[in-house]
Amino acid sequence: MKIRTALRAVTVVVITAWCLGPFVWMVRTSFTTEPEVLTGNSLIPSAPSTANYEAAFSAQNSFLRALTNSLAVAGITTVLALIIGLTCAYALARLTFRGRNLVLAATLATSMFPMVSILAPLFTIFTGLGWIDTYQALVLPNISLALPLAVWTLTGFFRQLPWDLEEAALVDGCTRRQATRKVLLPLLAPAVFTTAILVFITAWNEFIIALTMTNRQEMFTAPVAIANFTGEITHQSPFPSQMAASVVVTLPLIVLVLIFQRRIVAGLTAGATKG
Amino acid sequence: MVDPRQGRTAVPLVLPTLLTLGVVVVFPLFQAVRLSMYGENADLDVVFRGIANFTDFLVGPLSGQFWIALGNTTLFTVVSVTLELAIGLGMAMAMHHVVRGRGLLRAAVLVPWAVPTAMAALLWKWIFTPHGVANAVLGTDIVWGAEAWASRLAVVVADVWKTAPFMALLILAGLQVIPRELYEAARVDGAGAWQRFRRVTLPMIHGALLVAVLMRMLDALRVFDLPFLFAGSADNEDLVTLSMLGYKYAVQQADTGSGSAVALLTLLYVAVVAYLFVRLLGADALGTRSARKAGGRRS
Repeated sequence: MKIRTALRAVTVVVITAWCLGPFVWMVRTSFTTEPEVLTGNSLIPSAPSTANYEAAFSAQNSFLRALTNSLAVAGITTVLALIIGLTCAYALARLTFRGRNLVLAATLATSMFPMVSILAPLFTIFTGLGWIDTYQALVLPNISLALPLAVWTLTGFFRQLPWDLEEAALVDGCTRRQATRKVLLPLLAPAVFTTAILVFITAWNEFIIALTMTNRQEMFTAPVAIANFTGEITHQSPFPSQMAASVVVTLPLIVLVLIFQRRIVAGLTAGATKG
Repeated sequence: MVDPRQGRTAVPLVLPTLLTLGVVVVFPLFQAVRLSMYGENADLDVVFRGIANFTDFLVGPLSGQFWIALGNTTLFTVVSVTLELAIGLGMAMAMHHVVRGRGLLRAAVLVPWAVPTAMAALLWKWIFTPHGVANAVLGTDIVWGAEAWASRLAVVVADVWKTAPFMALLILAGLQVIPRELYEAARVDGAGAWQRFRRVTLPMIHGALLVAVLMRMLDALRVFDLPFLFAGSADNEDLVTLSMLGYKYAVQQADTGSGSAVALLTLLYVAVVAYLFVRLLGADALGTRSARKAGGRRS
């Protein structure tokens, strides 16, 4: 029995170290400066400094602007995908109608779509419209990822909800409006909220669309901006400031994910194993 | 069981989604088909080329690049999804059985999932620099970025780190719905740990595994961020994938015809793989069968 307990403890430690190790290294690098950062491999930097963060936010990188762009694009994408997808998910989860499986299959198929297959025409169309370096050129292709994800996840959630409560409220003498406000909305809110987080994270992490649809540095989203970082001085490694910026981009997500851990796992699996 | 009244209610509810997908997916796709048949001649005039853009890639002057990209993409998909399945299954079993530290595990597993892929790519590229921590930990002196197999391995490691946790969470959801009585019955019948895994666990999570593998596979076949950032350009022959090749032609070279042709060939490849997977292994991605069987199982 003792061996088994020890074995389990080792398993926990190994998996945790494997999952967290690289991220810890990202954080460590972000506080380590040259020359130590290039050759040293100690976990704790001998002279921790925020110089890499200052470099990341230096004027030449437009990183703050990129963060704003990411926030705007991911935010707009999330809101649009939820508004459009909400009723569809409701119908898929609650109603039986001809073509229901077809709609489900269509949303699943589009979410599995290689983005590159619509990138070429969209790039041509947007170039013709003069839309390169605009938010709409970033948001529209993002919708093709976000909407299927939203529909899929919401449908998974909605199938598990106790919808009878709404009818029970009506039987108990609630008006339609009361039933909606007091019973239906509180039921839906957690599902919508969790889906919003998942869609936002997907849009926030998007790279190939942003890389294609932006030329000017002011329109870069955060991931594209960071990938384009160069050392402040020629030959200086961009990695330390890239790691600092990556921490800035990643940490809010990790905090969000850890706070809403249970819901997010439920959302991921609701969308994936049921549909 | 189809109720015509429900059908009438459903149409306005479903329509906004279908119309939007029509605009952002179906319309561009038709455009891609049209564009893929055109190209520029020597005088830079746009001319109709029929299927010449496709044959250029399949058997013509660009076929070298295409088959290298197809080979890289396939190899990457097979190796990383296999590793992710094995590691994800292990992680899921650990999360399912461990009592002490379960909270820690569940939290830790979500961290790689939350790191944006582009950031994970830069992080692992940094880890795999010649003076980086990978060489320090392994006690090696490998120039990861310069050697074909070393750089491929590095990309696979980065992908496995990032996505095995997602696999684990999907599998864990499948594990959690296995009734305990099944294990007790197996134990009473004298089944050992391995037999219980082989005869009870695996058959019970078979469906969840197939769906998880299918999703990861389709995701891996369109991989772009990781190898692109790792290679630093779309021209690296060791790492180039189909998506990178499409990006190179459609965007970097603004050769829309060739770009669309690669993109459609990629789509075709992904569709064929998905179709074969579902046909041969019976992955029930829509969940309709299990829902019917278990009456909408909950987890």
